Amino acid sequence: MVIAEIKPLDEIKQLLGGYRKVLNTGCGGCTSVCLAGGQKEVDILNTKLSLSFKAENVPFEIDGFTVERQCEIQFISELDRMVGKYDAILSMACGAGVQFLAERYPDKPVFPGVNSTFVGVNKDIGWYEERCKCCGDCVLGFTGGICPVSMCAKSLFNGPCGGPQGESCEVSKDIPCAWVAIHKRLKAQNRLDNIKAIHGPREWRDQVQGRIILEPYKARYVKNTE
Amino acid sequence: MKSGSRLEQILAAKQFAVTGELGPPRGADANVIREKAKHLKGMVDSVNVTDNQTAMVRMASWAASVLAIQEGLEPNYQMVCRDRNRIAMQSDILGAYALGIRNIICLSGDHPMFGDHPKSKRVFDIDSVQLIGAVRRMRDEGKFMSGEDIAVKPDMFIGGALNPFAEPFDFRVLRMAKKIAAGADFFQTQCIYNMARFREFMKQANDMGLTEQTYVLAGVTPMKSLGMAKHMKNNVPGIDVPDAIIKRLEGVEKKQQANEGIQIACEQIEEFKTMKGVAGVHLMCIEWERRVPEIVERAKLLPRPQA
Repeated sequence: MVIAEIKPLDEIKQLLGGYRKVLNTGCGGCTSVCLAGGQKEVDILNTKLSLSFKAENVPFEIDGFTVERQCEIQFISELDRMVGKYDAILSMACGAGVQFLAERYPDKPVFPGVNSTFVGVNKDIGWYEERCKCCGDCVLGFTGGICPVSMCAKSLFNGPCGGPQGESCEVSKDIPCAWVAIHKRLKAQNRLDNIKAIHGPREWRDQVQGRIILEPYKARYVKNTE
Repeated sequence: MKSGSRLEQILAAKQFAVTGELGPPRGADANVIREKAKHLKGMVDSVNVTDNQTAMVRMASWAASVLAIQEGLEPNYQMVCRDRNRIAMQSDILGAYALGIRNIICLSGDHPMFGDHPKSKRVFDIDSVQLIGAVRRMRDEGKFMSGEDIAVKPDMFIGGALNPFAEPFDFRVLRMAKKIAAGADFFQTQCIYNMARFREFMKQANDMGLTEQTYVLAGVTPMKSLGMAKHMKNNVPGIDVPDAIIKRLEGVEKKQQANEGIQIACEQIEEFKTMKGVAGVHLMCIEWERRVPEIVERAKLLPRPQA
């Protein structure tokens, strides 16, 4: 899932400064699961913002509403009947959700309440770790299920640099060296041949906006490009 | 000859090669290079000109390389994958060749975190193995990475780095084999202090026939002091300093530690001269260039051959 972190209160206040009525929209998807932007976080943030503006004698009203997922039209359309009453929208979704709201309500200022950080896993309650950079050309098949793009600090494809300290990455003793781990796993699976061969330069697919239209839907969405 | 550089000629003639190191300044003063070059000229066959080492902004390695050429030194132009994408790298290689640079050393590069711009974007569009392959293709096939033809190809003598002392140990020789397959003509190793491990690494490389396909220059950095030895042991990634070295430096007076460090280096060099598969030494006397003449003298590496 997309892991996000709530922005500092002062930054959110700065973004919302000057807007009297704000709708804070939570997202029931990823940011809810990682405890950054679900209904509970919306409620807490709204209380903090109200108290803080009140203490400064700044007129400010904020309501909260959490949709199932902000990256789906059918869910954000629930907001259509509400947004007219507000001067601005705060979105607690990832960057995709924020933009999808801004796209749907082009005359409303839409502000992000969280920083989207990475695609990761939930190692334990409140402990998230990056696992994927969505690079568009997955190499996990030859690297023993350990991603050198996201887990190696230098995104190397042909083995470890000269820097590992023991089994740690040179950047921190707390970060395992991805290539030491890849080597260990492939060796145990008798698959070292996977990394003995040279892997050539990548065709990076994440350099322009990503767009996927499934084959059966092409006729519907893709205009004749001939 | 692939590039016809002095380093290539000396190695091809099976003479024991000596390379040095010249770190560009953190400023725009060409005289810093000229001053350092004075100590190195005639003492080493070529010098590595580092590329923003430890991720600190320094004078561009190609520019410092050109200044080194003007001072009569042959540069080993270092290029790291950290700061440039493949377009900039190939462009710099063309420029470097046009300016008279004939040796290139392809490296991953220290992570930006270690330097003075820790939050800068790290590039790593390609890795060091892929860079070696790209330079080889530019030289041997006259093609860019895109497959397009190069009008005048850069004939570079291509170097890579080896670290026999970092995990995973049994992959290190396989990584060397990958770099050779990609096109590495020669290697320089990380600073060697653990001789036992280095002997074992060279045995593996010899047994695999790798040393017949390439030249290995053994990395030597004399310890200036006990403090430096402890710092290298505890804080520098990928460096293996055995306790015996620390003990030996502890055993002499503080004023004698630099002398003892040089003595240890000379003993290592003596062993490298006859070690199977070792074609020379790479002397990394970082910010200690002025001692290089004394070190090469004491290590009986003079006079350097005329290529």
